[in-house]
Amino acid sequence: MQRLPVWADVVLVPILSLLAAFLISALVILGIGGNPVEALQVMVTGALGSAYGWGYTLYYATNFMFTGLAVAVAFRASLFNIGGEGQAMLGGLGVALVCLAVDWPHWALALPAAMLGGAVFGAAWAAIPAWLQAKRGSHIVITTIMFNFIAASVLVYLLVNVLRPPGSMDPATARFPEGAGLPTLHDIPGLGGIFDRNTPANITLFLALACVGLVWLLLFRSRLGYEIRAFGKSEPAAVYAGISPVRITMIAMLISGGLSGLMAVNNVMGEAERLVLNSVEGAGFIGIAVALMGRNHPVGVMFAALLFGFLYQGGAELGLWTTIPLELRTVVQALVILFTGALDTMMRMGVERVFALFARRAA
Amino acid sequence: MVAGAQSGRQTAAPGTDTGAGAAIAPAIELVGISKAFGPVQANRDISMRVMPGTIHGIIGENGAGKSTLMSILYGFYRADAGEVRIGGRPVAIPDSQAAIRAGIGMVFQHFKLVPNFTVLENVVLGAEEGALLRPSLAKARASLRDLAQEYELDVDPDAVVEDLSVGHQQRVEILKALYRQADILILDEPTGVLTPSEADHLFRILRGLKAQGKTVILITHKLREIMEITDTVSVMRRGEMTATVETAGSSPEELAELMVGRKVLLHVPKAPATPGATVLKVEDLRVTDADGVERLKGIDLEIRAGEILGIAGVAGNGQSELLKVLGGFEKATGRVTLNGHPLDLSGDRLAQSRRAAGIAHVPEDRHHLGLILDFAAWENVAFGYHHAPEYQANALLMDNAALIRDTAGKMERFDVRPPIPTLAAKSFSGGNQQKIVLAREIERNPDLLLVGQPTRGVDIGAIEFIHKRIVELRDAGKAVLLVSVELDEILSLSDRIAVMFDGRIMGERLPDRTDERELGLLMAGVAE
Repeated sequence: MQRLPVWADVVLVPILSLLAAFLISALVILGIGGNPVEALQVMVTGALGSAYGWGYTLYYATNFMFTGLAVAVAFRASLFNIGGEGQAMLGGLGVALVCLAVDWPHWALALPAAMLGGAVFGAAWAAIPAWLQAKRGSHIVITTIMFNFIAASVLVYLLVNVLRPPGSMDPATARFPEGAGLPTLHDIPGLGGIFDRNTPANITLFLALACVGLVWLLLFRSRLGYEIRAFGKSEPAAVYAGISPVRITMIAMLISGGLSGLMAVNNVMGEAERLVLNSVEGAGFIGIAVALMGRNHPVGVMFAALLFGFLYQGGAELGLWTTIPLELRTVVQALVILFTGALDTMMRMGVERVFALFARRAA
Repeated sequence: MVAGAQSGRQTAAPGTDTGAGAAIAPAIELVGISKAFGPVQANRDISMRVMPGTIHGIIGENGAGKSTLMSILYGFYRADAGEVRIGGRPVAIPDSQAAIRAGIGMVFQHFKLVPNFTVLENVVLGAEEGALLRPSLAKARASLRDLAQEYELDVDPDAVVEDLSVGHQQRVEILKALYRQADILILDEPTGVLTPSEADHLFRILRGLKAQGKTVILITHKLREIMEITDTVSVMRRGEMTATVETAGSSPEELAELMVGRKVLLHVPKAPATPGATVLKVEDLRVTDADGVERLKGIDLEIRAGEILGIAGVAGNGQSELLKVLGGFEKATGRVTLNGHPLDLSGDRLAQSRRAAGIAHVPEDRHHLGLILDFAAWENVAFGYHHAPEYQANALLMDNAALIRDTAGKMERFDVRPPIPTLAAKSFSGGNQQKIVLAREIERNPDLLLVGQPTRGVDIGAIEFIHKRIVELRDAGKAVLLVSVELDEILSLSDRIAVMFDGRIMGERLPDRTDERELGLLMAGVAE
């Protein structure tokens, strides 16, 4: 089959997939008696029409960038890390422990420590499935899924029995000290006039963007990234080239888990300012869709994360302002995942056929 | 559909016009077949006639369009223009079922058998009648018995396919086609995996089929086979059929020239070797695989500087394991020294240390080992040498620009076409892919070069080039270990030949004091 030009491959195909997903979503909305045009309006104004909406959209997008990058890095090593959810949960634990351990005088001191805590805990949670895969051949998909459940149970236990402040009825940690609070976009000079005080989006957004750049450097400029990609394409070839499968499996999963864990800086430290149950809210799973749609490229992940941030926030508005139930958000997301991920090849083949037709006309 | 327009341009098909044959319709006739994949014209106005009861060869380099043409005949692709006629009547072949109905049977290079089914079950698969299996199997059993007697196609119908030798598996493929009443049998590179004696047996079968009036189309790149068995031969080059000639009136040199479009040296001239000091010494090398089967059963060999040692043998007799051990990714016991220094045989993750010791390795399977097909050419040039200091920008990052420059130089020196370092490896032809691997390994100037199947899937023009480079390395005083299943290649390149069978060296011969018959016997395990 003839290959598509790059722009069609990375821009046209995803956009067509998205349109198809939205079209089907519109039919679903029609089917349950809603008005798809109104729904779209609510979603767009709700997510993008105000600084308030943008604040949430960017906040969610930050989460998805971390988990999307996490999936993408592992996937480049041909490891399907479904455990982003659990790794982000454990990352939250790491962040919370760091934030609660010291009465932090200033966020600039707390942030690096919390990043380290989140990344180390996330990486550690990924390390066990990684080791089982590398040394014992236990399939990473199975083990990482299992570890999501284990992580949830561990958190319930810790929040109920260990970390809950005495007298509290809420399975959550105490509030973090004032000094561990991250600046929101409102606190950033120049943006204060745009975003209001309660906006959840915080400086972790810039950390996420920095991670996009670093992951790009890692994958496409570094020797380690070269080894990760080579191993991901062919394990026997990697062995021929003297690349150790055990080493790459471990390193790729540690980086992946670390990125998932870093997400907690955004949601736990930046937004909730304490660790609650289910703080991850499915962002680990959405990361899979984000990586799929972003084709495991950091820049693609960034854009896909923004899109899913929009869907997440816009969908929430939908539940708030229309008779369309909140669950529809999940339907729309599922359709986007279906079309950009699972049915990507279908769309691609169609586009390839159209291009081949034009090429023949031109010839 | 096109037909009449090009009738004036049809290539003459000798053998079809001779004698009283004019009244007989060709078994299969292609008229003006064209097929394009985007801008690539894979087949251009191909016309060909094959008379019933003949063996017709199709020869051409990789990418010449042979496979595309056969895929059209078997319903995998639809031609953009042109017509297929069977027995004089135009037929449409939209899918393989239609091809089977039209009496075409295909034996693919890579067999389409279910390994854990019996021969009988494989033969019946896809041709079952009714919901119950038993009547179909009984019918197949009877008809296999007849076919076996008729064509020397004896295979135990109850044997499980994965237990059969490659030669027998191929017979199952032929049986499958005959069971489906094929009158035209197409074989794609059928001898690539066979021993010389198995190939001889195959040719006997094909002659038997011919005697019974079946038509055989043989696709191959081996000139010797064309000369040996075909009645007529068509030569393809760059999507076009450049000639159709009677085999008896042609010569290998003429066919090679028709294939490549220029004169080709079928045998690289080389001066006698002047071996120096011992580079590689292998003593009592043994390998046991994961299932506990001993793959190498005590190998002893020695290669000196400025010498090519050829390892002949049927694939699967331990050659791959030997290469892997020396390349550092298979555990072994025994003793191996390189320039007098012992090599560590205890691990299977030692490829880097082997390279550091001065061993370069062109692996047998360039698609799965030698290259990452999705990587660009420049990324493949770094493959295995990605730690090399000249490819690093600093402690963490690679110097991609330097790598691309280096690749451009290698591509020029090794005549890789197109010379575009950023092109993905999968976009190059087999020959050019192999040149990339060869450039990477040879330009490291190793003391010992391991080469496995250097010209598998490589076109004739590139074979000449690759052979020259290997001989050049030898002349520069390096040791070369050549593993190939192509006896021609072994005979023309090696200074000494060791024959492997069942994990052992059956014997060593000098190329000018042996012949294919003697080597073939050794390859089959018949000791002197």
